Amino acid sequence: MPRAELLPHLFRTEFRKIVSVLGRRLGLDHLQAAEDIASDTFLLAYESWPYQGLPENPTAWLYAVAQNKAKNYLRRQQLFNQKMAPHLAQSTPEAQEPELDLSEKNIRDSQLRMLFALCHPSLPAEAQVGLALRILCGFGIEEIADAFLTHKETINKRLYRAREKLRQQHFTPEVPSETEMSQRLASVLTTLYLLFSEGYYSESHNLVLREDLCLEAMRLTYLLIEHEPTNRPPVQALLALMCFHASRFAARKNGIGDLILYQDQDETRWNQELIAKGTYYLHQAARGSTLSKYHLEATIAYWHTIKVDTPEKWEAILQLYNQLLILEYSPVAALNRTFALAKVHGNEKAIPEAEKLHLIDNQYYYVLLGELYQKMDVEQSRRYFQKALALAKTPHDQHTIKHRLAAL
Amino acid sequence: MEEFMLIFRHEDGQKQASPEQMQLWMKQTMDWIGGIAAQNKYSGGNGLPFDDARVLWSNQLVTNGPFGDIKETIGGYIIVKAESAEEAVELARGCPVLQGEGNSVEIRKIARGDEKP
Repeated sequence: MPRAELLPHLFRTEFRKIVSVLGRRLGLDHLQAAEDIASDTFLLAYESWPYQGLPENPTAWLYAVAQNKAKNYLRRQQLFNQKMAPHLAQSTPEAQEPELDLSEKNIRDSQLRMLFALCHPSLPAEAQVGLALRILCGFGIEEIADAFLTHKETINKRLYRAREKLRQQHFTPEVPSETEMSQRLASVLTTLYLLFSEGYYSESHNLVLREDLCLEAMRLTYLLIEHEPTNRPPVQALLALMCFHASRFAARKNGIGDLILYQDQDETRWNQELIAKGTYYLHQAARGSTLSKYHLEATIAYWHTIKVDTPEKWEAILQLYNQLLILEYSPVAALNRTFALAKVHGNEKAIPEAEKLHLIDNQYYYVLLGELYQKMDVEQSRRYFQKALALAKTPHDQHTIKHRLAAL
Repeated sequence: MEEFMLIFRHEDGQKQASPEQMQLWMKQTMDWIGGIAAQNKYSGGNGLPFDDARVLWSNQLVTNGPFGDIKETIGGYIIVKAESAEEAVELARGCPVLQGEGNSVEIRKIARGDEKP
């Protein structure tokens, strides 16, 4: 790997490991310190490597520097404790054994514990996703801001509040016990699902970054799969869902980085390896008696890996959306269910059902109505597409709807 | 928003249906409930199979199912969210149970904690 690319690459792979191990060692109260130590370590590498030459083992160099910095931090804390602790009731990490364990096993274990800590149900979802991106995925503040289409200051503030919130909770990073597991795991899966969707459906134009976000969500989900007590059917179903979606990465962008809609994609560009992986995990997920929303969504995504339209396919998708909506309502599922209903029972039967959804602030509601009316009443169809256009915010959505209008 | 229970009443619970017929009803029922859930108006529900039913009478006698002594049987129920009984009736209209002659859907408001029954 060329030297110029080595450090950014190491930053992406090692920053999060160092932060997780440090965070576990120092305690969640000192998460900011863990991040600072890891950042300082990389800063030193950026400053010294060009002059002193590349270390023989760059990763080991980073770990050694982080270790020293952690030791210094702990010593200062210890000193502070001895002098000030009698006057202040503040929690500080134990300082007896300042060695940092950066073995592969401890890194994995620390990341897993951190995942459960950051996805604690008492933290707001926004804080969970932000912290996960920073601590577990090693994303820079600018990258996070870009993914959420906001400013660096906003993200900094959001992360600051999230760390404060975490500090107030006073919990230690642990993998939950058997009795707590399903509830805590559900909260982790919600965050991973959000993380993936943020990448998959983000309005950010940075497609590379968006795919990175999805791949990170998949990596963290895989972390749960590798750990026997968390390798459970809903986790397997979520990974299957992610694999099916990710299989369309290459097919959904054209040469200039615009998104191509599903029906216009060249299915020979779908990644068959990821589809096979998804199918494998979906089979795994079928063991046991739980039927989570991830099972239903993964099965729907599985049907979409078969491009050809058959009555069987749409009947299956309709029934899956029925079940999904019974489990948990969402406007997206309601719209997709009605689209499937039209495929099975025809537009005439689907129109009254679509109108009942009454999602009058949702552009896709009008896109659906426009589409259903297209063959029956062109004028009505045009009116709906125009309403959708008025609600569309991104240039990409506006372009797609204009295209539909022009084709009427 | 109120909650209403839609109770499916079958005129003759002893009628046997073919597996194909059962499967079709199942799909129709799921499509009907899915349509209610798509409007975010579904709160819960259960099917109540006729087999393995028991009735305990006031004289402590236990009989196998209500069939014979009671003409109508309950096949299941769902709970919906609606502004009024009229709206709940509209939601009930698509219920496949109504395809059977003499069958009915009973619509009952669920009493809340802050109301007198």
